[in-house]
Amino acid sequence: MKYAFETAGESRSFPNGDAFLNGAVGRDQADVVIYSGPRLAPDPRKTVILIELGEECLGDHIDDDNPAHANVLGFARYRNGDDPPSRLIELVRHPKASEAAIAAARDLFAAAGLEVSLCNDQVGRIINRLVVPKYNAALRFLDEGLATQADMDLTCKLGLGYPDGPIERVVRGGLAPYYQVSKGLFEAFGTSAFAPPRRARIAFKQATTGTAPAER
Amino acid sequence: MTRAIKTVGVCGAGGTMGAGIALVAARAGFKTISFDMSEGALDKAAKQSADFLDKSVSRGKLSGDGRNAIVAAMSRTTSIDGLRDCDLVIEAVFEDLSIKRDLLGRLDDACAEDAIFASNTSTLSITEIASGSKHPERVVGMHFCLPAQLMKLIEMSPGILTSEATFRTAWQWTEACGQMPVKTQDKPGFILNALLVPFNNDAIRAVEAGVATPADIDRAIKAGLGYKMGPLELLDLIGLDTQVRLCEAFYPITLDPRAATPPLLRRMVAAGLLGRKSGRGFFDYQGNAMFGA
Repeated sequence: MKYAFETAGESRSFPNGDAFLNGAVGRDQADVVIYSGPRLAPDPRKTVILIELGEECLGDHIDDDNPAHANVLGFARYRNGDDPPSRLIELVRHPKASEAAIAAARDLFAAAGLEVSLCNDQVGRIINRLVVPKYNAALRFLDEGLATQADMDLTCKLGLGYPDGPIERVVRGGLAPYYQVSKGLFEAFGTSAFAPPRRARIAFKQATTGTAPAER
Repeated sequence: MTRAIKTVGVCGAGGTMGAGIALVAARAGFKTISFDMSEGALDKAAKQSADFLDKSVSRGKLSGDGRNAIVAAMSRTTSIDGLRDCDLVIEAVFEDLSIKRDLLGRLDDACAEDAIFASNTSTLSITEIASGSKHPERVVGMHFCLPAQLMKLIEMSPGILTSEATFRTAWQWTEACGQMPVKTQDKPGFILNALLVPFNNDAIRAVEAGVATPADIDRAIKAGLGYKMGPLELLDLIGLDTQVRLCEAFYPITLDPRAATPPLLRRMVAAGLLGRKSGRGFFDYQGNAMFGA
């Protein structure tokens, strides 16, 4: 399947140098058009049009009821803050998305060696919706003295088989970018589980005011 | 003062967790007495332990002499008085505060004045459990992970009145067993369950909210975070009824909305969908169909 990549700056899912970019062809030759930044230009002739999402929803880019958007899907390759992209593509559908478009998107990413999880167009998609409350709790527990960071991380690795602990993961990805993810979810859901934790709030403040190193 | 630990008692040793803890102790060379009210449960546990050790030998992880030494270190009793010579008694009985408190009271009478009592509770307060003993300074939290004979992690929690000497001795004993202790405060769920129970509930709520199918959620967690198992697959393994019990233990004491039982979970348990043990939970274990997919 031939794909074109329409970018305005570096893609977060496929940063400069990513092998996936090497396979892109011109828009006219492509069955699939991937937008990373530029404004969507609907094209019903394409098998699927993919819009790279940040923290926003697919609905911020399209009109769900417009038949011309049936072949438009959203996607994001999950990244933990500034960590390199993972193997996961969160593929976002809207209620009237065509099954053919979904199948084509799955095939495209699978051919690139990526894992695809299909989700509906909801804030936080799958991963951030699930991990942010957990990471926030871990950071709060750290403040409350439940255990040391090392013991909390070790517990998750030994007890649950995680490759890394929740706090080391958030710190590695960057507390300042994490603050923004948490804040966005908090604004959307309004529940305290998503409220940015103290350490992330401070890190963001320091990063934006330049008063101290962003991560301690 | 506490004494050196030579003999270890395990209460509730007829259960899976208790039997595993007894293996950990005996494997490290401690004289180990398994206590349970049920002779039949002890027989069953002894057979499972023997099978485990035989498998370890056949896999080359344990010598035949090593196996025999472990078996020789283990004995059984259905009388609490049989624990009188224990320096450390670890309880792994049913997760019920009144049962555990009552047990500690009886251990007070049965054991020596300086014996240490450890609780394997995963959800209850060590301080509240310790209040069942006349010597709360000798009670400590020692939460093993299932299966205890394979998992290295132990969450060690001092209650409010636990003495430093008790905590230190218990900690050193876990290290002598080759385990990896971590220290936590005496708070609901310690570290592991405080993070895991709400996280698993969040995954159930994501299914209920139509975010994605169970299969897509689990795939995302595994591919995105590198977890070996997705939360819904894990819930099926734990048992959905067990998750309900965990929620019912946590929510009243934490009032954390994430710890409250998700409505979908209640409905599934009511429908008899308990996970692997019933053949169907979020996934179907009789065929390949996936619930909610």
